[in-house]
Amino acid sequence: MRPLDFEKPLYDILEKIRELETNPSLKDSVDRLKKEAEKLKEEIYSNLTRWQIVQIARHQDRPKSLDYLNNVLDEFLELHGDRLFSDDSAIIVGIGKIDKFSIAFIAQEKGKTTNEKIERNFGMPHPEGYRKGMRIMDLAEKLKLPIITFVDTPGAYPGIGAEERGQFSAIAYSIMKMLSIKTPTISYIIGEGGSGGALAIAAADRVFALEYSIYSVISPEGCASILFRDASKAEKAADILKLTARDLLELGVIDGIVKEPLGGAHWQPKEMYKNLKEHIIEQLYFLKNLDIDEILKLRYEKYRRVGIVYG
Amino acid sequence: MFFQRKETKLPQTEQKRETPDNLWIKCENCSEILYRKHIEKNYWICPNCNYHFRINSDLYLNYILDGGGFIEEYVYNLETKDFLNFPGYAEKLKELKEKTKLNDASRVGYGKIDNFDVIFFITDFRFLAGSMGAVLGEKFFYGVLKSIEKKIPYIALTSSGGGARMHEGIISLMQMAKTTLAVIELRKNSILYINILTDPTMGGVMASFAALGDILIAEPGALLGFAGPRVIEQTIKEKLPEGFQRSEFLLKKGQVDLVVPRNELKTTISKILRLLS
Ligand SMILES: [Zn+2]
Repeated sequence: MRPLDFEKPLYDILEKIRELETNPSLKDSVDRLKKEAEKLKEEIYSNLTRWQIVQIARHQDRPKSLDYLNNVLDEFLELHGDRLFSDDSAIIVGIGKIDKFSIAFIAQEKGKTTNEKIERNFGMPHPEGYRKGMRIMDLAEKLKLPIITFVDTPGAYPGIGAEERGQFSAIAYSIMKMLSIKTPTISYIIGEGGSGGALAIAAADRVFALEYSIYSVISPEGCASILFRDASKAEKAADILKLTARDLLELGVIDGIVKEPLGGAHWQPKEMYKNLKEHIIEQLYFLKNLDIDEILKLRYEKYRRVGIVYG
Repeated sequence: MFFQRKETKLPQTEQKRETPDNLWIKCENCSEILYRKHIEKNYWICPNCNYHFRINSDLYLNYILDGGGFIEEYVYNLETKDFLNFPGYAEKLKELKEKTKLNDASRVGYGKIDNFDVIFFITDFRFLAGSMGAVLGEKFFYGVLKSIEKKIPYIALTSSGGGARMHEGIISLMQMAKTTLAVIELRKNSILYINILTDPTMGGVMASFAALGDILIAEPGALLGFAGPRVIEQTIKEKLPEGFQRSEFLLKKGQVDLVVPRNELKTTISKILRLLS
């Protein structure tokens, strides 16, 4: 694991523990250091700034959509292509099973290694990715499958082909489909929710964010370059934008936060998978008890109300 | 995302009206010197190169609605909220309200086009680049409810370089969902919905309600798209081709229905209404 700047002191101790552990006669010192490390970890992660959370949300080793699909679903099958142009690898779709529920899923995948990142276009979808998602929404609606989406993208890809093929239209229609579909939808912001490119698959009945995730109308860097004409002031911009899971809950934009292991999902992925799995199952049971008309009514009220400006 | 465009100034119309000796203006596109009275009569279209100057909402209402404006304007005085305590936002709003006499970047009301009843929604580029915040979302929604109540078509004209308004953070992003929800209501009620896309309509506005009309009409030369050209250039590290993301380009790529010059907008909408009535 690669430490972030503010994590360095902790990684140094952990490194030292690993060294000393090879010598059994130093067990006392190792135990002392381990206690120290626990304390330091607690200290570092209980007082994170928003900018530090942004860095954790984008951490290379943070579990990505594929990790969750592999470890949270009991089984799944990825499906491919939008039937119009191509198969966008920044968006993974398919069908799966979790605790006896059949579900459909749409997930943005950033990739972890350099090769994977390039292959996945850093999780930045093209219109065909959103259109592939809409195709799966059709399937889900027809077969009455709940839809689960995992959101993790810096944003929709800003490129020539993307614009030529109607990025704006793909996003708009994807939002419209999510908001009109006659099957329940649940979205999880698992890392980075970058603007309209994220919302395209996040306009769900239930929206949750993992504890160290972010969701924003503009990246802190983008905001800083407009506001201060200096992208390096992103730290300040992150505070202004109020983009952490806790902020989103306070602003009434998400329905809840999924607890992460201390320091982030990548410290204890197994614990994270367990948390998320339990959360998804709980939500599926909750939605199962509502009939579709009720779900549509709640959905209408939820999005009708957002940012209400009357006195 | 808040899209910035340095190379072009705010609509010339309002700024220059103040100076009485400003009888002549220069076309921003072909640099031809034009007699102000002529261009005013010509819908702010350059007779030399067909360039459509950016104009404010008053002028559009004047050109498109019978009698030159709304018969009844709705929810004019919705108060813009500063959800994030965004630095400088409150001051900026105050300043813009005084300068433009608008309360936010959008207006909605009931009016007539060649005697057809419509609800007309419009954004004004002068107000934070016509960007979408919570007030815009609510006005758009309110207009939709009126359309459904009166069973009359809904027409939305956008001039929104700002997309979703950065100053309202995630709340502004959510207006993409809110306005889209409104469009779904129009669908459920079989109400005709037309978009008029003017220069520029970008980002979160273009990627939500402005893209979802039954018919998309673009003014000539308008910049329309999701990502701003400068963001694209920075990403792909090359210069964009001439005319990229302009109306004519989008027509060719199958992304809009019609490109219609400003002086023909009213007759075109009127024709659509006639064909469907
Ligand atoms: Zn000209």
